[in-house]
Amino acid sequence: MAATIECGTDTNTLVSNMSVKKAVEATSALTLRILAECPVTKARACDLILPHSSVSTPVFMPVGTQGTLKGITVDQLEGLGCHICLGNTYHLGMRPGPDLIEKANGLHGFMNWKRNLLTDSGGFQMVSLVELSEVTEEGVKFRSPYDGKEILLSPEKSISIQNSLGSDIMMQLDDVVSSTVTGPRVEEAMHRSIRWLDRCISANKNPDKQNLFAIIQGGLNADLRKACLDEMTQRNVPGFAIGGLSGGEEKDDFWRMVTLSTDHLPREKPRYLMGVGYAVDLVVCVALGCDMFDCVFPTRTARFGSALVPWGSLQVKHKQYAKDFQPIDSDCQCPTCKRHSRAYLHALFKSDTAAMHHITIHNISYQLTLMNSVRQSIVEGRFPQFIQTFMKRMFPSRDQYPSWAVDALASVNVTLE
Amino acid sequence: MSGSRMKLELTRVVQGRSRLGVLKGLGKTGQHSLEVPGCLLYTHLGTVPHLTQDTLHTLSPLPCVTQVNLSNIAEHRDVLEEFKDGFRKFAGLHDTVLYCSLHDPAAPCPTGYTTNKTVSVWGSGGRIELTVAKFMALQKTVQADWYQSMADGETWQNTTSRKRVRKSVDRTLAHLDECLLVHQSSQELKGVEVFGVVEGGDILEERIRSARETAKRPVAGFCLDGLQTGSVDQALRIQLTSAVIKELPEYKPRLMQGVGRPDEVLDCVDAGVDLFEGFFPFQVTERGCALSFNFDISPDPERAVLDLNEEDPAGGTQENGDVNLEDQTQMTHFEINLKDTRYQDDFRPLVNGCGCYCCRNHKRAYLHHLLVTNELLAGVLLMIHNTAHYHSFFGALREALANDKLDLLTRRVLGGRSKQKE
Repeated sequence: MAATIECGTDTNTLVSNMSVKKAVEATSALTLRILAECPVTKARACDLILPHSSVSTPVFMPVGTQGTLKGITVDQLEGLGCHICLGNTYHLGMRPGPDLIEKANGLHGFMNWKRNLLTDSGGFQMVSLVELSEVTEEGVKFRSPYDGKEILLSPEKSISIQNSLGSDIMMQLDDVVSSTVTGPRVEEAMHRSIRWLDRCISANKNPDKQNLFAIIQGGLNADLRKACLDEMTQRNVPGFAIGGLSGGEEKDDFWRMVTLSTDHLPREKPRYLMGVGYAVDLVVCVALGCDMFDCVFPTRTARFGSALVPWGSLQVKHKQYAKDFQPIDSDCQCPTCKRHSRAYLHALFKSDTAAMHHITIHNISYQLTLMNSVRQSIVEGRFPQFIQTFMKRMFPSRDQYPSWAVDALASVNVTLE
Repeated sequence: MSGSRMKLELTRVVQGRSRLGVLKGLGKTGQHSLEVPGCLLYTHLGTVPHLTQDTLHTLSPLPCVTQVNLSNIAEHRDVLEEFKDGFRKFAGLHDTVLYCSLHDPAAPCPTGYTTNKTVSVWGSGGRIELTVAKFMALQKTVQADWYQSMADGETWQNTTSRKRVRKSVDRTLAHLDECLLVHQSSQELKGVEVFGVVEGGDILEERIRSARETAKRPVAGFCLDGLQTGSVDQALRIQLTSAVIKELPEYKPRLMQGVGRPDEVLDCVDAGVDLFEGFFPFQVTERGCALSFNFDISPDPERAVLDLNEEDPAGGTQENGDVNLEDQTQMTHFEINLKDTRYQDDFRPLVNGCGCYCCRNHKRAYLHHLLVTNELLAGVLLMIHNTAHYHSFFGALREALANDKLDLLTRRVLGGRSKQKE
């Protein structure tokens, strides 16, 4: 299903010259409304209209792997302004399984989340749980860690599970290879991912309600990436993800593949960069033209007492905060910062799990607020200035700016001061 | 205590024993009141386990008295001293009355460390020894609205000798006198209430002696210690409690420490106890269970049909509710074990008709999934439900007392679900 494109009434002359409102299908499960495009970088601010609600982009999507966001209720998540979060097909497919979730009215019904859900295909687990898997043309064979049973996750099976889950955005099953792998395996995986994309498209039972995204592979090889882009963009999918990155690869290679990808992805469709969540990475990759991001980092690091702040992070469990009666961030409006001090949270970590929840709430708020600010600056035409301020706040001095970020931003006409 | 604002206003006394009323004049401004029989809001360092403000305030109404304990707090003394403004502010607590106990009722501590002059609490870093001086210094930094006096309650093992029990009574009285001395000369503790602690193990004479002597002191109320669940059997607890209560003034509240099971609560209320520590919902939560016992005694026959609350709880319960003396963590027949596979595809709320956030938004199947996958949200949702259910039980208890239906309520609560197919 093609996405419906709408052009915003902004000052971009190219856009107003086009003035095209293409409604390809009567019932489209995804509409991307481009509100603003940064004249300096490749950044965009959009409204992504999905079946359950509208999502403002750029957007960070928290990860709720097993149908829950680690100690946070759906009300709390809504209250933080989240409109889309992730569930994981592999995990949920194992427990509690697609049949049960279908009985529960899909994952939305099961977890009682009224806004949007994106499900990963299960492909990433091939890399993260690689001891347990074997890849063939058919699919990925997993040995279940719970009961030792062998399961075949084929493109058809993955889509079937995701159809049962009923997510608003589904990901194709891709042949994922660690970004540190080189050689013919990378090319094999890229080609297979294209074939699997076609199988996924065929297998989708609910194209008018569930959006299937393609995932661009090709590792760190520009030619392979380009080949993959050329092929996949010929398919009629509502959105594209940039995959196979955010592993252990060098950041210098990482950003080059990101920008190559966005150069060759259609403007009118959303670009989802998978597995990226560090603040600096988010800001830079927005500048490189990405709209959507997900990462377990903010929620995972919270449970270890690490609170994300504009100048880095704060290890709340560390002794130095025992008598620090300031909130984590005095500018932060999240429920945690409005009521609790670092000292109290530090003490609470010794007594109750709620300490983790406080930090999780703060970290999600931090990520969502960051993306909001980025979006606002794009809409107001001052994203390059935002980047400067952001970097100055994040790093004590110019020579501490990561060189990859400096290079990446330079490539989109932002010279860091 | 001259000038004590805490006042127990009784509206009913049933058979000369169980009481219904309101404990008024609570808090620094004396504006708060707590209905009795009632229970306190159990916390770890001021936080209801698993809950943040948003999740906590889905519970309504909340008991107006929040309990903290020195086991959680003692290790943070120097932080509180530097903070200066008291524990309530340090914890960012809502507008609530703060009660400070010595121990955590849900965390029994090792014995053998009490001396004539000291008691010990266990923080996250290990044992902290408290003299009365240290205890009172802590109270001054905590700035609770009310606290229990320092006490030696290490008499709950059935191997405790008579001599040891006597010592616990003597020491506790001595500590009380010392505490009161410091209290009365402390500007920081002006307006703060003190409860005396009645000890005496399982020895009737010692219990009576402790009660008589404690009642002579200017305290605002009484804690009954050493009778916690698992320390003595129910019948003996009631016998000792009744004997103790005969020695205590009618117009001062009585708080039973370490008792939380609904059946035991009912027996204690029948014997004249007013207040309980609200830790039982937490224990139920920690074992992945949901409170589900029925306390509805409305005569509506249609309701009785709805209350066909299905099966007996899965596995591991004992038939007559005897508690394993060693293990307070064992499941009771007041709850359902959501890890059981029978709940895998049960799309009903935890308890039909429960208005808590969990029951309004989620189903048993989801809770089962969260527990099986070890997800943190399970604790959050269960804590909400269990707290709501338990506090509703106390509401029903008060209503039963008001309408002379305590017997009926007791039968309903003890009946077990299978008997409800009436």
